[in-house]
Amino acid sequence: MPSLPDMTTPNLSELAGKALAESGHVTVPAPDAGQEQFSEWLQRMGDNALILGHRASEWCGHAPALEEDIALANQALDLIGQCQLWLGLAAEVEAKGGDADRLAYLRDAGAFRNLLLVELPNGDFGMTLMRQFLFDAFHHTLLLALKTSSDSRVADIAAKAEKEVAYHLERSADLVIRLGDGTAESHNRMQAALTKLWSYTGEMFADDAVDQAMADAGIAPLPSTLKAAWEKTVTAVLDEATLVPPASAWQHGITGSGGGKKGVHTEHLGYILAEMQFLQRAYPGARW
Amino acid sequence: MYAQLVKSEGSKSRDEMTPEEIAFQERIDRGEKIEPKEWMPEGYRKTLIRQIGQHAHSEIVGQLPEGNWITRAPTLERKAILLAKVQDEAGHGLYLYCAAETLGVSRDELLEKLHSGNMKYSSIFNYPTLTWADMGAVGWLVDGAAIMNQVPLQRTSYGPYSRAMIRICKEESFHQRQGYDIMMKMCSGTPEQKAMAQDAMNRFWYPALMMFGPSDKDSVHSAQSMAWKIKINTNDELRQKFVDQTVPQAEYLGLTIPDPDLKWNEEKGGYDFSEPDWSEFFAVIAGNGPCNEERLGARVKAWEDGAWFRDGLMAHATKAEERRRSARHAAE
Ligand SMILES: [Fe+2]
Ligand SMILES: [Fe+2]
Ligand SMILES: [Fe+2]
Repeated sequence: MPSLPDMTTPNLSELAGKALAESGHVTVPAPDAGQEQFSEWLQRMGDNALILGHRASEWCGHAPALEEDIALANQALDLIGQCQLWLGLAAEVEAKGGDADRLAYLRDAGAFRNLLLVELPNGDFGMTLMRQFLFDAFHHTLLLALKTSSDSRVADIAAKAEKEVAYHLERSADLVIRLGDGTAESHNRMQAALTKLWSYTGEMFADDAVDQAMADAGIAPLPSTLKAAWEKTVTAVLDEATLVPPASAWQHGITGSGGGKKGVHTEHLGYILAEMQFLQRAYPGARW
Repeated sequence: MYAQLVKSEGSKSRDEMTPEEIAFQERIDRGEKIEPKEWMPEGYRKTLIRQIGQHAHSEIVGQLPEGNWITRAPTLERKAILLAKVQDEAGHGLYLYCAAETLGVSRDELLEKLHSGNMKYSSIFNYPTLTWADMGAVGWLVDGAAIMNQVPLQRTSYGPYSRAMIRICKEESFHQRQGYDIMMKMCSGTPEQKAMAQDAMNRFWYPALMMFGPSDKDSVHSAQSMAWKIKINTNDELRQKFVDQTVPQAEYLGLTIPDPDLKWNEEKGGYDFSEPDWSEFFAVIAGNGPCNEERLGARVKAWEDGAWFRDGLMAHATKAEERRRSARHAAE
C-alpha cells in the first residue's frame, strides 16, 4: 500500500486550473432563474419515470405469470417513453446542449431528482405492485392537473402520459385489491409492503421553492394540493383490499437536508446508475 | 428454430391407416386447415403439443438473454426498443400456449414439464449475452434463424398454430431489422465497438446454425411431420437458406464469418459452409450449455416465488364469486 502522502493530490487548485484550460469549455451565460427552476422540475418528472421504469424492467422474464411479464415490460416502456419526453424538454430548456440521453446517462446520483420511493429495491412482487400503486395514484392526479399547464409543451406531454398512467393505475389498484383480499399470505405480503412504503409517500406532497415557482407560473400544481385526491383514491382501494396504512409513520425525504427532489438519495440509486450508465461511461462519446 | 428434435408420433404407411386417418391426410394434402374441434389422429395432436409447447417455452426463456441487457442499454431509445422486443417475445409465448391449449393441454401442465426438464426449449438461449453487440447479434441471427423456420409455418396445417405464426412473423422481422441496425451502428463505430460486433458474430454463428437442428433428411419423424404439414422444410434446407441470406449481410457489415471453409458454390447456387460442432449441440440439449442452469433456474424461481401471487388471485376470484352468489340469493 502506498504511504498516505503519495495518495494526496499535490496541488488541487493548480490541477483544477489546468483541467479548465484543457476542457475548452466556453462559458455559457447563466439561464434566468425561472428557466433553471423549470428544468429542475422537468428533471423531477423525467427522473421519476426513468427510475421507476428501470425498476419495472428488472422484472422482465422473472414475473410470477406471463401476463405480468408483459404488463411490467409495457409499463416500463411507457415510463421510459415519458422520461424521454420530460428529459428531452429539460435539456431543451436548460440549453446547455445535449439531450435526454445526456441527462439520463451522464449525471451522477446527486443530480438526479426522483422521489426516494421509486428507487427502492423491488422486493417481492407485492412490494413492487404496492409501490406502483402508491405512485400511480399520485402520478395520475398530477398528470391530470398538468393537462391544463400554462406551458403547452408540458400540457402535451401530460395529455399523452395521462392516458398511459390511467391504465397503470387501473391495473395496480385492481391487483392490490385482489391480493389484499386474497389468501392470508397474499394479504400479509401486501400489508407488509404498504407498511414499509408508507414512509416514502410523504415526499410526493412536500412543496419546495421549485414547486412554488412552477405553481406561480401556472406550469404545475403545488404537490400539497394533490394530496386530498390521492388519499381519496388510496383509501378507497386499500379499504376494498382490507389493508390498513400505519396510523403514523416517519416520512423520509421531507425534513432536514435529505430527499430525492434535492438530490440526496438512498444508497440504492448509485447502483441503478452504475448499471444503467455503464456503456456510456466505459466508452465515452461512442454512438450506439 | 425454436422447436428442435421434435419426435413425431405415427409414421404409418397408407396401407396401415384407418379410413378416418386417410380422410384426414387427404384434407391436409388439399391444403385445408385443421381446427380444434375436428377429429385428428392422436399422434398429430401429441406431436403438435410437443412442437408448439417447445416453441412457446423458447419464447419465454428467450426473454432472459435479452432481458439481461435492458437495464444496461446504452441509450433511452435502445432501451425502449429492447423492452418492446422482450415484451413481444412474452406475447409470442402467450399466443403459442393458447394455441397449445386448443389441443387439450393447459399452460400450467406445459410449464410443469418445462420446469421439471421434461420439455425443452431452443438450445440457442443457453448461450450468454456478454456485450451490447450480442443484442445486435441475437436480433439479426437468432430472430433471423427463427423467421426462416416460422415463415413457412404460417402455412402449417393446424389452424390456431398457423394463425399464431402469422402474428408472430410480423413482429419477428421487425426484431431482425432492429438487431441488424444495432450491428450497423457497432460496425461503423469505434474500434472497440467493431471488435465487440465481430466477437458477437464469432460466438453466435455456430449456435445460430445449430438452431435448425442436425440433418434430418433421413428421419422418419421428420417425414411424418412433413406429411402432416407441421414441418414444412428439412433442417438442412432451412440452414442453407439462412447461410445464403446471412453471408451478404455480414459482408455489408464488414464482419468475418468464423468459417474458413465458407465459399460460394456456383453449381448449387449457394454457399458451402462448415457444420457446427454437433457434440456441443447435444451437450447443450442435455443441459450442459453455458447457461442452462441459470436460464431454467430463473424460470423455476420466477414460478415458485410467484406461487403466492397466483394463489392470491385465485382465492380472490373464488371469494368474489361467492359474494356474487350470496348477493343473488339475498335478492331473490
Ligand atoms: Fe418470438
Ligand atoms: Fe424470438
Ligand atoms: Fe423475436
